Amino acid sequence: MNDFLLVRKNLFRKKLRAILMIVSILIAFAIFGVLAAFERAFNAGEDVSEADRLVVVNKINFTQPLPIAYFNRIAAVEGVRQVTFANWFGGYYQDPKNFVIVMAVEPETYLKVTGTDFAFTPEMTQAFVRNRTGTLVGRALAEKWGWKVGDRIPISSSIFSQKNGTHTWDVTIVGIFDKNKPQADTNLMFIQYPYFDETRSFGKDTIGWLVLKTASSAVNDQVIKTIDQMFANSSWETATDTEKAFNKAFVAQLGNIALIVTLVVGAAFVTILMIVGNTMVMAIRERTREIAVLKTLGFSGARVLRLVLGETLLLAVIGGTLGLGLATLATLLMRQSLSMFVPGLRMSPEIVLTAVGFMILLGLATGLVPALNAFRLKIVEAMGRG
Amino acid sequence: MSDTSLVRLAGVSKGFVKGKDAITIFERLDLAIPQGDFVAVMGPSGSGKSTLLNLLGGIDRPDSGEIHIAGSRIDTLSEGQLSQWRAATIGFVFQFYNLMPMLTAAQNVELPLLLTRLGKAERRTHVETALKIVNLADRAKHYPREMSGGQQQRVAIARAIVSDPELLLCDEPTGDLDRASADEILGMLTILNRDLGKTIVMVTHDPAAARYASRTLHLDKGHFEEKELAA
Repeated sequence: MNDFLLVRKNLFRKKLRAILMIVSILIAFAIFGVLAAFERAFNAGEDVSEADRLVVVNKINFTQPLPIAYFNRIAAVEGVRQVTFANWFGGYYQDPKNFVIVMAVEPETYLKVTGTDFAFTPEMTQAFVRNRTGTLVGRALAEKWGWKVGDRIPISSSIFSQKNGTHTWDVTIVGIFDKNKPQADTNLMFIQYPYFDETRSFGKDTIGWLVLKTASSAVNDQVIKTIDQMFANSSWETATDTEKAFNKAFVAQLGNIALIVTLVVGAAFVTILMIVGNTMVMAIRERTREIAVLKTLGFSGARVLRLVLGETLLLAVIGGTLGLGLATLATLLMRQSLSMFVPGLRMSPEIVLTAVGFMILLGLATGLVPALNAFRLKIVEAMGRG
Repeated sequence: MSDTSLVRLAGVSKGFVKGKDAITIFERLDLAIPQGDFVAVMGPSGSGKSTLLNLLGGIDRPDSGEIHIAGSRIDTLSEGQLSQWRAATIGFVFQFYNLMPMLTAAQNVELPLLLTRLGKAERRTHVETALKIVNLADRAKHYPREMSGGQQQRVAIARAIVSDPELLLCDEPTGDLDRASADEILGMLTILNRDLGKTIVMVTHDPAAARYASRTLHLDKGHFEEKELAA
């Protein structure tokens, strides 16, 4: 026998009570795990951001277009190393419910500017540049639909139509690319902007946004100021920002995910804290005489305090681990079906570490009052003698 | 009073406050118990028998006076020091056994050994020996709820002697038992005193139980009156 066995035996002496407390904690950690996984996934864009990459969008909002002429003008700004642009396609495959992220991009420059995120090989880059109706497809998307290089696929747009009235563009897969960064997601595809722009029925010569690389992040502020001043008071004013800030602002439109996580998890934890804390206080009170006996046998106050804290810590770790396991399972199940909307949904090591920290905090917080009561317990009073 | 006594109380006073009244339990009480003695302490309710046992066990403190047990002056020790001292020096036997219900007999007996530096194998040997002494080796894996009152008290005695303490303090050890079980327990205490040389102080209301002791101290109004009784 050792102290751990004593802790375990004490915890499970009333099995139903222990199980109910574990279930309470399990639910709290399952909620935390799933919400934190969503929060991380929503903010994954910030993680893949490069310090020297800037994004230029229409000042009204990023859904409004900009003239393609800005491409050359921005390329000439001092401090700008490379520029590219892209346009949102609003794509789906076969059925509108099969949402697909499709971007019409400037073929020669886009792959260079975003090349650090994805592993574009020279062969696929050349094939994409040369083939006007070519498309580069991310690995995850290709695997989802069973596509392979050489396949000709119809990609439809829920926004744009061709001049002949159809909403569908036929493209040929010239390459399937992987990711360079673990946070990047390959659930997307690129088509050539020239092919898209020439065939669409409206919006010709406009683009969605520009992405540029500066000579170094040190000149970012100067470049941002120069670009926005250059187009100030024009019909197409710009808003330039770092890629990180842009991605953050994009996510913020879905709501303050971090705040939602904090509020929901906070409410769940406070509730659990009160339930478990109160139950543990009662459980220790029921054992007043036994604690007095332990002290009579020679167990010090500090050791009794550790035993009680060990009990609440064990409770939190069991419930928390099971809850985190459930959250992991839930994210795995949701990952496939939500891959288009929340790419990168997963239980990251950071979330697990945070959860372990919460388990320890919960264990200590719920055990503090009963442990101190046990620590201060007077043997004579507890034994009803004297 | 002898300096070689295992237990020595010198001028011990103890009282408590109830409302506005200060109630005295002992006033300058002296007591000496030699090593190997088996003393029964009797007296009317409220005479201070249990308080005396608490003072001897270091779980209560005197208002004044000195308490020396097994060479240590315990009334000046801190709480932490008293815990260590109790674990090494005293074995307790309670009226209601006070076993841990979620532990087996062997695990209950092993509890005091968790406070020692003994290894797992040594602890197991000690536990087996203690259970053999109380004739419960075959019930080692039984839980308290699976045993009779007499058997539970024997487990409690095994727990009290497993760390080989010099002094056993027994608070009404037969108060919750029938006559046959009580005689069995008292016989066991006699063996521990006679064969293993344990010094025993037993508080009891039962004259029949007191007869197992080598002498009986009657406590009344804060003073002792000694009577020799034949076993």
